[in-house]
This record gives sequence, structure tokens and C-alpha cells, in this order.
Amino acid sequence: MGKTVAVTDSTFEEIVLKAADPVLVDFWATWCRPCQMVAPILEELTQEYTGKLTIAKLDVDKNHETAQKYHVMSIPTMIVFKQGKPVANIVGFKPKDKLKQELDAALG
Amino acid sequence: MEKDYQLIILGGGPAGLAAGIYSARNKLDSLLIEKAMVGGLAVYADLIENYPGFPDGIGGLELGELMLRQAEKFGLKTLTAEVTGLDLADSRKTVRTRESDLTARALIIALGSERINLDVPGEKEFVGRGVSYCATCDAAFFQEKEVAVVGGGNSAISEALHLAKFAAKVNIIHRRNQLRATPLFADKAKSDPRINFIWNTTVDAIEGNDNVEKLRLVDVLTGQKSTLPVSGVFVSIGQRPNTVLVKGKVPLDANGYIITNEKMETGLPGVLAAGDIRSNSIRQTISAAGDGATAAIYADRYLGA
Repeated sequence: MGKTVAVTDSTFEEIVLKAADPVLVDFWATWCRPCQMVAPILEELTQEYTGKLTIAKLDVDKNHETAQKYHVMSIPTMIVFKQGKPVANIVGFKPKDKLKQELDAALG
Repeated sequence: MEKDYQLIILGGGPAGLAAGIYSARNKLDSLLIEKAMVGGLAVYADLIENYPGFPDGIGGLELGELMLRQAEKFGLKTLTAEVTGLDLADSRKTVRTRESDLTARALIIALGSERINLDVPGEKEFVGRGVSYCATCDAAFFQEKEVAVVGGGNSAISEALHLAKFAAKVNIIHRRNQLRATPLFADKAKSDPRINFIWNTTVDAIEGNDNVEKLRLVDVLTGQKSTLPVSGVFVSIGQRPNTVLVKGKVPLDANGYIITNEKMETGLPGVLAAGDIRSNSIRQTISAAGDGATAAIYADRYLGA
């Protein structure tokens, strides 16, 4: 059973950049409505993408450094990392179907 | 999945959900179809303070979830799907989605409205890199920076007031020389030292390299062009009705909203409309919910007749 993983500035390298499998990082914050709308969809996707993709969440409020490093200026921003490199940038709330389309394109 | 219903409700905002509560409680076999997430535009409201019954206010998302729970308790079925087409001419209406065709004898159209984009060069390219549609989400990224808000209505002013708590300077760019926002709101913005108004002006382009760096502006009276250096631009120029699916099928007013009578009937037998999509709607959560209840009751009468 999949579950989203919380990452921080200090665990980002280990969990995201050094991961063998692709990782989607959801940059979010507690005050952001669209982030709250994305959250349950991401939880569902952890089930559907088990073994193909790790889904991680980074609270931008507590982890400025990583958010800044990847130029996050709007949340939710979801960045897909492959072998430590960002390969796709998804900004804003998307219905589940659209999000999956963009994810599938990124995972190719 | 079942394909035929007595009533199908299109849209899961307050209008659709209220219609769902009434129709399910009246034991109509009802299906609500929503493309993204129940709650409608109201989910974007941090705090709804004018919906009766919540003296301390309630979050838009929470209100949507409560309405859904209430409707499902009475047996409303829901489907997450994008409607791709409608056949309204027959007594049995067809609702097409990517996955299947569904039918019902009555239909309540509660598709609401959608955000209008600026539609200028640079807008799409810089989404997430300085272009934003949600100040509550993104204001914190513009700490001590200069930003712009485009628009002059209540939502634009509310965006600007929120931004002024973070940004060094907030420019409100409005194409007229006065605000559409209510005086209470407008005065608050006018007395905020961090807010600056740029009147009679539209945005021609959003430019930058990695991130937004400047806006190209045009004075609508003189045609004079200028540049405004900003790190962020928040677009809040209003909504338009979501009527693509019903154009040419039900009567619309000059602004594209569905015309109904006081029973929410569109003139097409068995086709009703409710909420923001309706002509002359005051576009409030309470009025949308009221429309939904009315539409459900008259849909029930239509089905029973």
C-alpha cells in the first residue's frame, strides 16, 4: 500500500535526488486551498502508481531552501524528478484525470 | 454502473449539491456529475462569513464537503467525469462523458462559472513563475517584492489586500477609472499605503527570463505604452459562465448566462438551471444553494406530472 512521504530540506537529497525511481514532489502549504484539494488525489495516486513513482510532499513554509532552489513561486507545484533531475513541472490544482495524463507523459 | 436516472445534476458546487440534497431526499434516483472536485468556486474561499448557520464562518472546502456528506446520506450518487456533450431535444436527455453515455428524464445544469484568463503573451508561460491566480496561496513568495493585481472587483481587491501584508508594493491595474468592488472594500484598499492604483490601463504582455520581470501596459484612453517592473502578477478579472455545452440548446442572455424563470426552468421541458450559470444570479453560495433547492423541487414536479 502506497502512502505519500514527507520530505524536508535536510532529507530532500536522500529521498528525492538519490532515489532510483521517479519521485513527484508536491510543494504545498497548510494555508493553500488548492493544495488541500490536490492532497486526496495524491493519496489515491500512491496506490495507482505503486512501484512506478514515489509521491513526496514538501511543506514550503518550513522548507524555504528547497522551494527556492527549484524556483517555486506558486503552490501547489508538483515537480517530477528522475535520477535527481526535474523533468516536469505541474502548477496548480488539476482534476485527477488531467494530473494522471501529465504524470504519464513525464514518466514516459 | 447504472446508465439511466430520473435526474442528472451537472456540477458539484453549492447549487448542484443543494439540488442533490433535495432530490435524493425526495427519493428521486439522482446522479451528480462533477469534473474536478465538489464544492465549486466556493472551495477557493478561505472563509465564507455570510452563509447562514455558521456564525464564525466556514471554509469553502469544508462547506462543500459537508454538503456532499449530507447529499450522500440521502442517497445521491456522484460521478467524477468531464461532460463532453449533451442531447436535450428528446424527453430522455443524454449526457455524454468520455467513458459512457448516461440518460435522465430531467436535468439540472449547475455548471457555474470559470475564471477568465488575461489571454496575453507570457501568461501561460509564466504560470508558477510569477503569474498566479491565488494570492492566499502564493503571497508569501513575494515577501518585500513589487507585484501587480489585474482587476477591479471584490476578488481583485481582496487579493491586493492580502498581498499588501507581504509585498513591498502592490499595483492594482484596472481598465476603468473606478473600482467595481463594494465601497467598504475599495476604501480599505485606497487607505493601504502599500497599494497603488493604475487606472484606465490594461496589460498587453507579461515578460521576463526565468521568472516574471515586467508587464507591458497600455493606457486605454491615450494608447500610451509603458513598462512596469514586477516580480509577480495576480490575475483576478472575473468569471464567465460555463455554458459551452448548452450554447444553442437553451436560451442564453447577452452575457452568455442561462435564462430561467423563477422555477429555474429553461423553457426546454425537463431542463433546469441553478446557481452562478443563471442569468442575473447574485453569485453567492447562499443564492446558488437556494436555486438548487428550487430546481430540485420543480424537477420533481416535472417528473411526477
